[in-house]
Amino acid sequence: MRKLLVGILAVLALAACGTANEPGSSPSGSPAAEIKGTITVLAAASLTETFTKLGKEFEAQYPGTTVKLSFGASSTLAQQITNGAPAEVFAAASPSTMKQVTDAKSASGEPAIFVRNRLQIAVPQGNPAKITGLKDFANADLKITLCAKDVPCGTAATKAFDAAGITPKPDTYGADVKAVLTTVRLGEADAGMVYKTDVIAAGDDVDGLDFPEADKAINDYPIATLTEGPNQEGAKAFVEFVLSAKGQETFTAAGFDLP
Amino acid sequence: MTGFRRPPLLLLVPAVLGLAFLVVPLAGMLVRAPWTRIVSDLAAPGVWDALRLSLICATLATVLATVLGVPLAWLLARSDVPGRGLIRALVTVPLVLPPVVGGVALLLVLGRRGLIGEHLNTWFGISLPFTTPAVVLAEAFVAMPFLVLAVEGALRAADSRYEDAAATLGAGGWYTFRRVTLPLVAPGIAAGAVLAWARALGEFGATITFAGNFPGTTQTMPIAVYEALETDPDTAVVLSLLLLIVSIAVLVALRDRWVPTG
Repeated sequence: MRKLLVGILAVLALAACGTANEPGSSPSGSPAAEIKGTITVLAAASLTETFTKLGKEFEAQYPGTTVKLSFGASSTLAQQITNGAPAEVFAAASPSTMKQVTDAKSASGEPAIFVRNRLQIAVPQGNPAKITGLKDFANADLKITLCAKDVPCGTAATKAFDAAGITPKPDTYGADVKAVLTTVRLGEADAGMVYKTDVIAAGDDVDGLDFPEADKAINDYPIATLTEGPNQEGAKAFVEFVLSAKGQETFTAAGFDLP
Repeated sequence: MTGFRRPPLLLLVPAVLGLAFLVVPLAGMLVRAPWTRIVSDLAAPGVWDALRLSLICATLATVLATVLGVPLAWLLARSDVPGRGLIRALVTVPLVLPPVVGGVALLLVLGRRGLIGEHLNTWFGISLPFTTPAVVLAEAFVAMPFLVLAVEGALRAADSRYEDAAATLGAGGWYTFRRVTLPLVAPGIAAGAVLAWARALGEFGATITFAGNFPGTTQTMPIAVYEALETDPDTAVVLSLLLLIVSIAVLVALRDRWVPTG
């Protein structure tokens, strides 16, 4: 029995080592030929659609690479990175979440701002509650959803409300921007505050309303390669790809603004 | 103490490992806890609201689960309803379902645009999501199977000859249930209620999906921990410890009183 236990532990230990060493990072040579293996990218939830598309395009351009994407609240991802998640690239929805990573010396290069995003009011298709602008968020009779205050979309929303001098009366806080969008999409909330790109990504289910105070709450999105990632060449290539003309085209098509 | 014997090593080693596996992560939180900030973190607004809400909602969910679950357990254990196996399988589904799925299901049925929720809204102006009753419903949905299975087990273990005797003495079905069956399985019901309460207290997925997250009305302790983890992990540790201490205290108090420890 004890032998069996030891055996199981040994197999588990080997398996753990195996995955950690998997992506082949070889010394520099002709640059295009070196880019292969797995590139793990942690990206803000609001980048879900664009990064999924870019990942596929990247894999097509560099055969032999696999882009593994993980989306979540930027703050959660930053936590995972500073706690040692073995990822190659981090794309955050705000400079402050990126700062957590750079402060912890987990980013290998200077973060670059690659896009910016503006807020929009999301309402269910057809705007059944007849939302007209920010002031409706102060109406306690309406069902309102906002991002939690400390995730970037929540911070941006707070800035917009402060600029407008409005105190919102939300009924629930979403953990990230997609949670807010889902609530609006299901028609359970009359209005939510999300990014313009999320409204576009939601298609016909959700209508978006622009509001002037959005100019005061533009969010910059920084991207950086990470020190913990075993595949540094792949990481650099992916970041370059995101910053390339082709990458930027994907973002503008999705409703992002360029820096 | 009858039946005590020295455990063979082959049982003792995995048993100790198993215990360590369950206890060490929790003890690890004590090590990582930011003791210097614990007082200020606990004094932060919202913490006690979340704990109070958790305790109230878990208790209400247990009451709801008991009122509906005991008759359901009786149906499964004592009656000859057709398709009993299927009913039992259906009762067990929320146990194996990811709680988030339960929350989605509740939202699609009881939400403002849901099958039933739509009528609740247009006829009575009731909108359940993002309200405290939604927390209770979500917790009861997830916790009730624990109670039903515990009570059904107790009913099956109980001697049905007492009920037969009551019937031959002329007692009606409801009278027999109230005066004979219920007292007979009371410890089983209490044990099931404790289980359901504990499950409801820890409920996260269905609650955040169906009831949302708003301090004071729907933000229970598990959701407060989750939100704190997004922004300030140290606070999350403090909140987790508080929930842990409260749950252990209540479980120990209730188990010793209600659950026969053999």
